[in-house]
Amino acid sequence: MMSIKKYVNNLSDEDLKRLYKKMLMIRKCEEHLGEATKNGAFPGAVHLYIGQEAIAVPLCDQLNDSDWISSTHRGHGHFIAKGGDIKKMMAEIYGKSTGICGGKGGSMHVADFKKGIIGANGVVAGGMGLAVGAALASKMDGNGAVSIIFFGDGAANQGVLMEAMNISSLWNLPMIFMCENNQYSEFTHTSEVTSGKIVDRAKPFGIPKYEVDGNNAVDVWQAAYQAVQRGRNDEGPSFIEAHTYRQRGHVEFEYTFLSRNYRDQSEVESWKTNDKDPILRLELYFIEDNKFSRDDIEKIHKEVQDEVNDAVKFAIESPEPDIASAMEHMLEE
Amino acid sequence: MSKQRMMPAINLALQEEMKRDNKVILYGEDAGISLLGQTTGLQDNFGRERVRDTPICENIMTGMAVGAAAAGYRPICHLLYGNFIYTGFDSIANQAAKLKYMTAGQVKLPIVYMAVIGGGRSAAAQHSDIPYPALMNLGGVKIVVPSNSRTAKGLLKSAIRDDNPVFYLTAAGGGRPEEVPDDDNYLIPIGKSEVINQGDDVTIISIGPMTLKAVQATKKLNEKGIGVDLIDLLSLVPIDEDTIISSLKKTGRVIIVDEARDTCSAASHISAILSDKAFKYLKSPIKRVTVKDIAIPYSPILESHVIPEVADIVNCIEKLLESN
Ligand SMILES: Cc1ncc(C[n+]2csc(CCOP(=O)(O)OP(=O)(O)O)c2C)c(N)n1
Ligand SMILES: [Mg+2]
Repeated sequence: MMSIKKYVNNLSDEDLKRLYKKMLMIRKCEEHLGEATKNGAFPGAVHLYIGQEAIAVPLCDQLNDSDWISSTHRGHGHFIAKGGDIKKMMAEIYGKSTGICGGKGGSMHVADFKKGIIGANGVVAGGMGLAVGAALASKMDGNGAVSIIFFGDGAANQGVLMEAMNISSLWNLPMIFMCENNQYSEFTHTSEVTSGKIVDRAKPFGIPKYEVDGNNAVDVWQAAYQAVQRGRNDEGPSFIEAHTYRQRGHVEFEYTFLSRNYRDQSEVESWKTNDKDPILRLELYFIEDNKFSRDDIEKIHKEVQDEVNDAVKFAIESPEPDIASAMEHMLEE
Repeated sequence: MSKQRMMPAINLALQEEMKRDNKVILYGEDAGISLLGQTTGLQDNFGRERVRDTPICENIMTGMAVGAAAAGYRPICHLLYGNFIYTGFDSIANQAAKLKYMTAGQVKLPIVYMAVIGGGRSAAAQHSDIPYPALMNLGGVKIVVPSNSRTAKGLLKSAIRDDNPVFYLTAAGGGRPEEVPDDDNYLIPIGKSEVINQGDDVTIISIGPMTLKAVQATKKLNEKGIGVDLIDLLSLVPIDEDTIISSLKKTGRVIIVDEARDTCSAASHISAILSDKAFKYLKSPIKRVTVKDIAIPYSPILESHVIPEVADIVNCIEKLLESN
């Protein structure tokens, strides 16, 4: 709580409220997906972003449609944070014609290029080159746009990260490396597959680095502010490592096929408390500082939940894709 | 004999071979806990030295296999999904497939690269590919595509004992439980196919994940009085030319069922071999039941439209017989 208060002067209460609502929107979308998948409401598997909302939202809050983001298999949060339409996202995950990708991509490929969302990605670190390429284009356009690669602690072990950091620094590209260290790579703890500190990997490339509490929206906002401003002012790439925790499984349903546990439930619970969970933390701050009452918060919850319910209804009621669409879009006509 | 599904049968083969030869080592992402079940319990039985969890780093994983093999081990490199063969492709295509040749046979490279392949699970385009056409074109790697738990066991054991890089590619789903021999020397030779149904009217050559559907199609065709010679190909490199040619000589009609995209698919290559070597026995054109040249879509309605179904196989054969 301390650090939220420490930085809060730089963000107005309106700002914080906006961040909070976006984070809540992600949370409620993900909660729905986590529930609905149990009943087989939609095809395919989902990797949920619950617990990491304070990373995508404060960074994307500073972006506009001409900035680019490239993300991961855990990509719903990034999509929503960057202004993606939740109806179209939901419909995509439900495999419907009204989905943002016409039902052809699903959860792991939600993308909206008009909004600068290069998309989620099924290949770990697969989005890295795409983000660097978009940064190159922005640099050549000289339009001050920045490009963000969101990637996990697991992805940080792909060699392409080194290639991306080198070329971004060499060419002074407006890149932001946003590593979301949620402590797990699938079912393996980061410490078992990662040497050194991830954030330190930026150092030999001369890339400024920031290490933040990724469950603290204000801390993330501050670090992101430095990185975005650097990019906009042609000062080159930045690297942020945000420490967080994956509250859900790697993928929903994992205990139906895993042969054993890989973490204690008590560990998971310890990240859901008022002072750890990124959303509850903001709520606590709002209440303790008398910014909102419990009732105000309830009201916001309801507003957001209504919007999510509408999106779900839209997804469920939307038609299946037209079979002919399967044959479209491989190549430009 | 005992009834087993695909993943436990693979697991059994791994356990047996690791016990037999302590030069066999295995590594992969989450190999300890095992995402798909092939490697469950191996770490308990053989330790973390021989069964390693790697970081996510396919290119070093595939390359490391070459180095470890050259230095005397028999590495099994577990790549999870077939699409991650692409992430590790450089060391496969430029090193594993060529090092022996470039160095005039100086090294043996006993490597198994394993992955699950194919679609049908709404896993979308980056988790549903059939990567073997690209691998077939390398020349320097063998490829096996078991279709059920029995062939999965026998072929994996042969792959591990082979002194070449072998791609071991199975369906992700794994189908029904089948009888699997308990014999710890149960080997299916690489390069040998199996004729799993006999008939005189038409030959179906099916590959890996498609065999389950080809079996069902064969039943339907039998009910309609159409006799099918069904060949489960099992190996793509080398291909069992003798078996497919002698079946063609018998039936005069061939369809090849392959989940790969059509262009340069295994089916198109097999079709080329058959027209080359047995043209005069053909009563009708060789047909390929494959995926169109598109990525695999997510929505089930689109995906099942794209991936060959039992009905597609049946229809193809009925048309073929009608037209002659
Ligand atoms: C190239 C590649 N290798 C392996 C996988 C399988 N896989 C999917 S997610 C994942 C773990 C990713 O961990 P991390 O980058 O930390 O992201 P998180 O899941 O924690 O968000 C793995 C190994 C993949 N999708 N792509
Ligand atoms: Mg992680």
